[in-house]
Amino acid sequence: MSWIAICHLADIPPLGARVVAGPQGDIAVFRTADDRVFALRDQCPHKGGPLSQGIVHGERVTCPLHNWVIDLQSGAATGADSGCTHAFPIRVTEGQVWLDLSAAAADSDAAPVVDCREAG
Amino acid sequence: MDTANEKPRLVLVGNGMAGMRTVEELLKLKPDMYHITVFGAEPWGNYNRIMLSPVLASEKTVDEIMLNDDAWYAERGITLHKGRRIERIDRVNRRVIAEDGTEAPYDRLLLATGSDPVMIPVPGHELEGVVAFRDIHDVDAMLAASRAHRHAVVIGGGLLGLEAANGLMRQGMEVTVVHLMDHLMERQLDAEAAGMLRGSLEERGMRFRMAHQTETILGEDRVTGVRFTDGSEVAADLVVMAVGIRPNTALAESAGLHCDRGVVVNDTMQTYDPSIYAVGECVQHRGATYGLVAPLWEQAKVCANHLAEYGIGRYEGSMTSTKLKVTGIDLFSAGDFTGDETTEDLVFKDAARGVYKRLVLKDNRIQGAVLYGDTLDGSWYFQLMRDATPVADIRENLLFGQAHIGDSGHGDEASRVAAMPDEAEICGCNGVCKGEIVQAISEHKLFTLEDVRAHTKASNSCGSCTGLVESVLATTLGGDYSDAPAKKPVCACTDHSHDEVRAAISRDGLKTMDAVFEALDWKTPNGCHVCRPALNYYLLAAWPKDYQDDAQSRFINERAHGNIQKDGTYSVVPRIWGGVTTPAELRAIAEVAERYQVPTVKFTGGQRIDLLGVQKTDLPAMWRDLGDAGFVSGHAYGKALRTVKTCVGSEWCRFGTQDSTGLGIQLERMTWGSWTPHKFKMAVSGCPRNCAEATIKDLGVVCVDSGYELHVGGNGGVKVRATDFLCKVETEAEVLEYAGAFMQFYREDARYLERTAPWIERVGLTRVKERLVDDADNRAALYARFLESQEVAQVDPWAERAAGHAAHEFIPIRPVDGPPKGPRPEVSA
Repeated sequence: MSWIAICHLADIPPLGARVVAGPQGDIAVFRTADDRVFALRDQCPHKGGPLSQGIVHGERVTCPLHNWVIDLQSGAATGADSGCTHAFPIRVTEGQVWLDLSAAAADSDAAPVVDCREAG
Repeated sequence: MDTANEKPRLVLVGNGMAGMRTVEELLKLKPDMYHITVFGAEPWGNYNRIMLSPVLASEKTVDEIMLNDDAWYAERGITLHKGRRIERIDRVNRRVIAEDGTEAPYDRLLLATGSDPVMIPVPGHELEGVVAFRDIHDVDAMLAASRAHRHAVVIGGGLLGLEAANGLMRQGMEVTVVHLMDHLMERQLDAEAAGMLRGSLEERGMRFRMAHQTETILGEDRVTGVRFTDGSEVAADLVVMAVGIRPNTALAESAGLHCDRGVVVNDTMQTYDPSIYAVGECVQHRGATYGLVAPLWEQAKVCANHLAEYGIGRYEGSMTSTKLKVTGIDLFSAGDFTGDETTEDLVFKDAARGVYKRLVLKDNRIQGAVLYGDTLDGSWYFQLMRDATPVADIRENLLFGQAHIGDSGHGDEASRVAAMPDEAEICGCNGVCKGEIVQAISEHKLFTLEDVRAHTKASNSCGSCTGLVESVLATTLGGDYSDAPAKKPVCACTDHSHDEVRAAISRDGLKTMDAVFEALDWKTPNGCHVCRPALNYYLLAAWPKDYQDDAQSRFINERAHGNIQKDGTYSVVPRIWGGVTTPAELRAIAEVAERYQVPTVKFTGGQRIDLLGVQKTDLPAMWRDLGDAGFVSGHAYGKALRTVKTCVGSEWCRFGTQDSTGLGIQLERMTWGSWTPHKFKMAVSGCPRNCAEATIKDLGVVCVDSGYELHVGGNGGVKVRATDFLCKVETEAEVLEYAGAFMQFYREDARYLERTAPWIERVGLTRVKERLVDDADNRAALYARFLESQEVAQVDPWAERAAGHAAHEFIPIRPVDGPPKGPRPEVSA
């Protein structure tokens, strides 16, 4: 694990998201109503829509392009849709948000959309 | 064994569609609440009983109509006892006892014992070869008879009887249908439609004995014929009794539960014993019993909600519709079509095409519908009937159906769904063909429009093919199934409808989203992408000065104040008042386009300039530059006032009667910034040549020499709809007042995401006229409320953001692949 400090919790609006420019593309960092954070590759498994721009509800985000609903924990599509986007380890300590991209870095040769079972 | 599991025990008696649907709904709400045990008298898993007719006709196999196999029950930890009929309920000790002695204790008991076929007790009714048409066992018996024998008599010319007769005929038997009345399906059809139906069945070789009463079923061991009360006889090797069904109340009655024609339940599906619930064909609710599937679905939902102890939702009875599951015959019937001196008939008949439609109107609403030969609009009429929509304003077109004015995307295919080839495209937005939908319905056992949308995406975008998808659903399922429940909840987070939510917001003074969630028992902690934008709008419309707009509940376009494109870039449309601009403005736009390397510049249909392909991070700076040149947001991204399109009018045009451009600019200045249930477009044409296309706008003004005609409810999109004429006024001031009042009425009355066209069709133009034209005080009040809400709405969102508001929306957190570049910038807005 190599944790990188990316921002403060207060930088992300509740039920909102921010974008982190990662080495292999954007990463969406979400904050739920009860202040938990999640990080997903900012690409819907459907047509690559920017999930960071979606509406966050419960532990899910709805893609702004075609309303796929993605689970924030696993990155997997919910309901009748199937597909998955990579989820990154993320945590908050004392208001500081930390992101771990080491798994993604190790996978740097892999296709941009990584098997979501690796998600923490 | 009863102490092995601490969870309360739910026992279901009756492994049929209603009971299992209730269990499925319950599992969706509280998957782990109960230990569930299911008893079924039949030796199979749960199957789709309404599909027995296609099985009999060899259009489906028994396997294809199975809904849940053993593995399904096992995966969910449900104990299934197949082929065990429950004989007794011991209410004192709360347990059920099966014929074979199997017992199961319960904390909650759910009865779904269904119904039994009525067997007329004429002599000979117990002979071999006399069967009912109710379950797989009956179908097997009929199929066996059809292989060994030739002559079949079906007693009963109702829905079930005709489906049985058709199936047997398809198996090669000679079939005579005996009916007591002088026309078929007298409870669903009028004489005219019944005659047409009989004619086409006779063409297929079916024989009829109308107005005949069975006296005796003849035969020694096996049936050989049927004798009627008039003395005539007909030979028969198989007799199918299909004269009706009777709720199966024996078990409930023996347990002392109050039964009448069915097991009597209240609006929560509870019987007189509070720990016992009942659903489906065995129940009697508010005096009615049901034999069709749609009501069972509604009951299942309510019952599951109460079993899950949410305690919300009441079953208030169902209005049902009927379709005949006989391939090649399209027939639809709903409501009461008997008619009397207080009703009116609308009739369309084209004997050569085999089409007959009759609508019975009472008090300006549809009370009954009978369709034969062309049933595509059945679901539409049914909707109008259930919603009690006034139809005076659409009655001249009513019989021609919903689609006759041209839905884009599927032109004239809009009929004969059953005859369409599998490759026919149903949903033009998502490219979904009929075959895919049919396959998804069979493969995933789909029953509702929502299911089909989720699995195939058909009808999931613009929605114009909804009627077609419903027809495919109906023809595939065979469909005495009818679409959605009468009351549509806003989304899965609640059982409340849009209208109920809105009413509660004003009535109870709910001024925050959390207050709404709390007061209306929302099922999710913070809603979803469907309800949150709706609630945000309703709150904003109800309390323009008190409610704090919630950016996170807005769709990204309204949050970022630009339209998101498929690659994640945005488009920028500056407001150009009335479509009139200047060289200086054009120069400013051109400079901005070049400065920010805008890849595409395009004119919109509403006379504005669209700058496409802008990076989100560039938006605030671009808006600042546009703002410096005098532009404000064009709201091309919002459920809001979009544009006022104009023609040049009397200032230049040799035909112009009034200053249409000037009036358009005034209208746009007054209304810009206003949020509406859906987008709202206006136009002003300078003369009846109507170059601004005002008659397909939400509000169109057509100038004439003597004043201004006001037209409302037009739409040029998915479904072309010409406006309705509202009224004519004499001055520009009146135009402004009517326009503001109309917008405000729309804002207060329509449901979120309902354009003015469907809204007016739903509530009726008459109602709009009553509030706006006939009632000057109300009009003035609406106008005043509109202007009041505009006081806080006309703040340019672009200027605010150019000045740094909501910066987090546009600026990413610093990149993480290297050391931080400088101090952490303006992230905490």
